[in-house]
Amino acid sequence: MKSLKMKKEFKVIAELLPNNTRVLDVGCGDGSLMNFLKEEKNIEVRGLELNQENVQQCIHKGLPVIQGNAETELHQFPDQSFDYVVLSQTLQAFYNPEEVLKNLLRIGKAVVVSIPNFGYWKVRMKLLFFGEMPVTKTLPNTWYNTPNLHMCTIKDLFKFCYEKNINIKQVVGVNEDKTSLIKKSNLEIKNLFSKLGIFLIG
Amino acid sequence: MPSLAGLFFWMNRKIENINKIIITKPLKLDCGKTIENFPLAYETYGKLNENKDNAILVFHALTGDQFVTGMNPVTNKEGWWVTAVGPGKAIDTDKYFVICANVIGGCMGSLGPKDINPENNQPYGLDFPVITIKDMVKAQESLLEHLGIKKLLCATGGSMGGMQLLQFCATFPDKAFSAIPIACSSSHSAQNIALNELARQAIMADPVWDNGKYASKNVQPKNGLAVARMVGHISYLSEKGMQEKFGRKLQEKADYEFSFNADFQVESYLRHQGYAFVERFDANSILYITRAMDYFDLSKQYKGGLVEAFKNQNTKFLVISFSSDWLYTTKENKDIVIALNASGADVSYSEIVTDKGHDSFLLNELEFLKTLKGFIDSMYEKFKNEKRI
Repeated sequence: MKSLKMKKEFKVIAELLPNNTRVLDVGCGDGSLMNFLKEEKNIEVRGLELNQENVQQCIHKGLPVIQGNAETELHQFPDQSFDYVVLSQTLQAFYNPEEVLKNLLRIGKAVVVSIPNFGYWKVRMKLLFFGEMPVTKTLPNTWYNTPNLHMCTIKDLFKFCYEKNINIKQVVGVNEDKTSLIKKSNLEIKNLFSKLGIFLIG
Repeated sequence: MPSLAGLFFWMNRKIENINKIIITKPLKLDCGKTIENFPLAYETYGKLNENKDNAILVFHALTGDQFVTGMNPVTNKEGWWVTAVGPGKAIDTDKYFVICANVIGGCMGSLGPKDINPENNQPYGLDFPVITIKDMVKAQESLLEHLGIKKLLCATGGSMGGMQLLQFCATFPDKAFSAIPIACSSSHSAQNIALNELARQAIMADPVWDNGKYASKNVQPKNGLAVARMVGHISYLSEKGMQEKFGRKLQEKADYEFSFNADFQVESYLRHQGYAFVERFDANSILYITRAMDYFDLSKQYKGGLVEAFKNQNTKFLVISFSSDWLYTTKENKDIVIALNASGADVSYSEIVTDKGHDSFLLNELEFLKTLKGFIDSMYEKFKNEKRI
C-alpha cells in the first residue's frame, strides 16, 4: 500500500538499488523511502536528517536515523561503509555540492543523486519569456526564500561528472509518471523534457 | 525535627525493608579486591510478561536510586524519573517491566561505604574498595540473572546512567535488544573530573568528615556535602536557563540586606537543594561514585578504542543529547554515535533543542519524551517479531 502512495522519484531510486544491500539515505526526510527499501527490498537502511520532526518520525517508524547536517557531518561515516548512498533533491542546497558529492562517493560504493532539472522547458520559458526566476512544482520557492544555492541542469551534472572523472552508470529522466533513460545521444532533448534527473554514479 | 542521627536511624530502618538480593557470586572489582555476599537493592515497576520480552533496565545517575517513579518510600518524595516512567508515560509501566538497581557504592540499600565492614564491625568509610562503572554494571547483570531475564527489550540511562549503559553494552553485548544512552559520555572529560573534584574537596574540607570515619559517630559532614550538591546543581542548568529561572530576583525581600544571607533567589535555591540532599545521601557515597565516573573511559578498556568497544553489537542504539547541556555536551554524545557508526552498529541520534541544560532528561521535555516513547514502542514491535522468528 505504501508503495502506491510513493513518489515516482522514489520508485525509480528503489529500482536502481539491488535487494539485500546497505544503503545510507542522506536527507531521508520522514523516512518514507527508507521504509519502502526496508520492507520491499530487504535493504539495510540508515538515514541522515537535519529536521527534528522528521527525525522523530523516522524513530517512531523504527528506522535508524542520525540527526545531523550532511554539509558538515558526513565525515562520521567510514570509507565504503555502504553499498549505496542516496541523495534526493538536496545537492543544489549545499554550500559546497562538490565536497558533498566527494564525500558521498567516499562513503558509498555507488551513489544515487537526484536533482530538480533547471533545464526543464517550463523553467527555461519562465526565464526567457517572463524574465522572472522560475517557480514550478519541483522548484516551489521564490528567489528570496529558496534553499537552492546551486541550481543545475541534467546536462550540467553530466558535464560535472566528466570533468571530475566520476563514472556515470545510469541516468534516468522523470517527467510526471514517465521515465526514460538518458544517454549522451539524447541528452539535449531529455534535458529539455525531464523535470528530474536521477543519476547513478561511482 | 528529629536529630540527624535519629533521621539516619529511621532511614536505615526503612532501607532494611526495601527489595534487595544478596549476590553470593564473588565479584572481582577493577581495583583488584573481590566482594561477595553483598546486597544489591532494586525496584521493579509493571509486570514481566510470559515471554519475558518487555523488560527495560534503567541505570540511575550520580545521586539517583532505584526508586525511578511513584513514591520513594525512604524519602517520601516522587521518584527521580517520574516524568518518563509510569502508567501511560513514555516508558509505560502498563506495558513494560521496568527494573532499576541502586549502584554499589551507593546508599539506598546496595553495598556502600556506610555499611558495616565485617572485619572491624565499623562502617567501611574509606576502607570501602574503590569501585568503577564496570563494577556497578557487573553487579546489576547478576540481578538480571536473578530475575530470569535473558535479554532486555531496552536498557537506558542518563548522565552516569548513560555511562553505565555504554559499559553494559560493551561488556554484555547480547543482553539488550536496544539501548538509549542519554546526555552522557564514553569518557569523563577534564571539566567533569574537575567539577567532581570540587565536590569531593568540599566534603573532605568539612571537619566532621574526619577521613570518612563520621558514620561510626552517627553524624554526617552536611556542610561539605551540601556544597558538593550545590556544585552539581549549577552544572545541571544552563546559563540561559538559570538566568530565566532566577535572574537577579531577590528572595522574599525588597532590597539587599547588606549581609551574607541568601539575598538572591539563586542562592536560596542552591542552599535549599544542598541541605535537602544531606538528608538522603551519604557523603562517602558521593566520593566513591564520583570517583567511578572519573575513572570511566571506555576507549581505554579496548585496544582499538571506542570503535572496538562497540564491535559485534547487535543492540540498536538511540543516543540523545540536549543542546544546552554543557556537562555532557552534544559533541561528546556525537562521538559515541560516530564510534557506533564506525563499528557498523545500528544507531540513531537526536539532539533535543532546549534551554534546560543537563537536567533536561529529568524534566517534562515533550520532544524528548516523544522521541523516547517512539523508539521504545517501535523496538518492542521489532523485538516481538524477532522472537517469533
